[in-house]
Amino acid sequence: MSAAELRARAAGWIDDRLGFGAVRELMSHKVVPVHAATPWYYFGGITLFLFAIQIITGILLMLYYRPTVAEAFDSVQFIMTRVEFGWLIRSIHSWSANLMIFVAFVHMFSVVFTHAYRAPRELTWLSGIALLGVMLAFGFSGYLLPWNQISYFATKVGTDVAATTPAIGEALARFLRGGEDVGGATLTRFFAFHVIVLPLAAMLLVGLHLLLIQKTGMSTPPWMDRSRVRTMKFFPNFFLRELMVWYGALAVLGALAAIFPWELGEKADPFTSAPAGIRPEWYFLAQFYTLKLIPSHVWFLEGEMVGLLFFGIAAVVWVALPFWASNPDGSLRSRLVTGLGIFLAAYLAVFTVLGYVK
Amino acid sequence: MRLRVMILLALSCALAGAAKDSCAECHAALDGPLGRPATLIKHDIHAAQGFSCANCHGGDPTADDPGEAMSRAKGFLGKVPRRLIPKMCAGCHSNPNVMRKYGPQQRVDQYELYLTSIHGQRLAAGDEKVATCIDCHSVHDIRKVKDGLAPVHPLRLPDTCGRCHADRQRMAKYGIPTNQLQDYHKSVHWAALTRRGDLSAPTCASCHGNHGAKPPQVASVAAVCGTCHVMHLEQYAKSPHQAVFADTATGGCTLCHSNHAIQHPTLAMLIGRNSVCAPCHESGSEGAKTAVQMAEWLNGLDAALQRSESVLNRAEYYGMEVSEPQVRLHDGRENLVKARLALHSFRPAEMHKPVNAGFAIARETLAAGEAALREKDIRRLGLAVSVVFILVTMVAIWALIRRLERNGRVPDTGAARG
Repeated sequence: MSAAELRARAAGWIDDRLGFGAVRELMSHKVVPVHAATPWYYFGGITLFLFAIQIITGILLMLYYRPTVAEAFDSVQFIMTRVEFGWLIRSIHSWSANLMIFVAFVHMFSVVFTHAYRAPRELTWLSGIALLGVMLAFGFSGYLLPWNQISYFATKVGTDVAATTPAIGEALARFLRGGEDVGGATLTRFFAFHVIVLPLAAMLLVGLHLLLIQKTGMSTPPWMDRSRVRTMKFFPNFFLRELMVWYGALAVLGALAAIFPWELGEKADPFTSAPAGIRPEWYFLAQFYTLKLIPSHVWFLEGEMVGLLFFGIAAVVWVALPFWASNPDGSLRSRLVTGLGIFLAAYLAVFTVLGYVK
Repeated sequence: MRLRVMILLALSCALAGAAKDSCAECHAALDGPLGRPATLIKHDIHAAQGFSCANCHGGDPTADDPGEAMSRAKGFLGKVPRRLIPKMCAGCHSNPNVMRKYGPQQRVDQYELYLTSIHGQRLAAGDEKVATCIDCHSVHDIRKVKDGLAPVHPLRLPDTCGRCHADRQRMAKYGIPTNQLQDYHKSVHWAALTRRGDLSAPTCASCHGNHGAKPPQVASVAAVCGTCHVMHLEQYAKSPHQAVFADTATGGCTLCHSNHAIQHPTLAMLIGRNSVCAPCHESGSEGAKTAVQMAEWLNGLDAALQRSESVLNRAEYYGMEVSEPQVRLHDGRENLVKARLALHSFRPAEMHKPVNAGFAIARETLAAGEAALREKDIRRLGLAVSVVFILVTMVAIWALIRRLERNGRVPDTGAARG
């Protein structure tokens, strides 16, 4: 029996038992529109690739990380200095986390500007927004885990802000901290969120998101004549291109990790005063800076509470985008959505820079 | 004049009406020196505790009539004579039963100490130009020592002493120098007090005493400096200089470090033209050779630690994790401090241990820093190799795409979905 025959027989044996033929069949029908905005399709895939990197490096970090106040910092220091390639794994984990959130934002705005959220893709939009929320929660919980000065005090500030949420603020802050203040209980529950709760939620949401994309297909921008837009096969044509982009992302990640290894900082000391210029991670900076600009009291309400109310209302409007973006006659309010998207992107960019500089 | 004052007082009292403290009310209506106490007393700690003018000056503050309020029959003393001031203050401040109510932790031996001071002794001998309580603590606006505006607050005390001791005319008859304040302003102690904000840094009173102020005698200089520099005193006690300086009636610590203008010590104190050893130890003598040897050790250790620090800083700049050797470097610096401390024994053998330990740490941290820099280079080389591999793979994928699409598997032209 020749090698080719042997391979064919082995493939047939596996196919009979696992039904890969159905998957192959499904993939052979998946197509990707080819037009000027096609490059934006890659960002969803890059986010998924970076998420996979997060899972792999996260599992490796867990082999050495110890989530207690006494050991957390030392265990991360051990990873950085003693474990073979530990510095690389930790730096890639931290850099890819930040890049993943950045790319997810780019993906979200590309969906808005190409109006890919519109019917029948409302659920795809909602699952994507939920995924972005999960990623931000990953970032917030993971930031505390090295238990250094900056992460400790930034978490204090973050949970203090959460405490000003109307009605549920105090309970929410207590739930996040596991007590009155940030401490050992906060570290263990943030670890639990980071490695169990959030990954499970993310897996389910990623599965749902991909399933919905498969079901509804890739969207073509509404200003294009769909009958004239060409398509390419997802597999192998688009997939190979996506693979090239992933390799590019890997090179960027490796370069960042080797040239700018993620710093460790100083071990958290709750008895010292907060270091100067304490601020959250960049993806919360815009909101943080906005809260700083709001006066301590607006009418009879606390300034921070007003800010959170405003953010809450804005978030609800944004999440509900597919449901108000169309007129009753079915036509798209594309100018309104594009204008709002530009405004939001500009606000996030400008206020993030201001929050960093000031 | 006296009549005019009495008329004014009577008028102001009549305007004020019946009052419990007629002294403050009447004097508040006066201008010049007689009105000043009524303004100053608002900041006085005694007034805040409920004491009135009459507690020091006597008289009857409840009487509206000035003649009656300031009547000798009611114990009015008027301006307290300078020679009586310490005793008058001591009436309360040396009485534990009184002081317990206001400041249970306050000492009550100020008057006894004052009597032993040069100020107290001269006052007893009839010299009323010397300092009494009010010259340092002020009068009518006496504040707590911790109050930043009190003339005896650590930041203000040197100027308070200098008011008399830097006054050439005033000091001429005592034949003592007047450059102490000027010298002190150049000292490390003044810098610690004012630039570092260390209120525990020594001021005049820390070395000379406050109420029992006297210049420290030659035999006690080391003990006075040793109050703060405890370890230096221990080392100095082992030193061959200790007995020599005591015998020759020189000033111990001050012989090398001076007294008021104490500077940050440098190696120039041991070697070179300004060496403080040179006046006693001729060049080439055993003592001079020992000084050179000790200077070389200190200089060498300092340079070795600085080199390690510089290499570690470079490694840190490149993002390498070097916090452990950096902490270790602190131990090295600590050994340098110990070596400088051991120098005060003037026995090279005492310096061996910290100097050797310091050099060992300097070598260890330098090796760690250099290893981190080598690791940095390896990482970058690894990155370059990885990037080349990645680029080659990307090119291969691109070639595969080109081949696939040349073979007819170019993008389909099927209609896209909305």
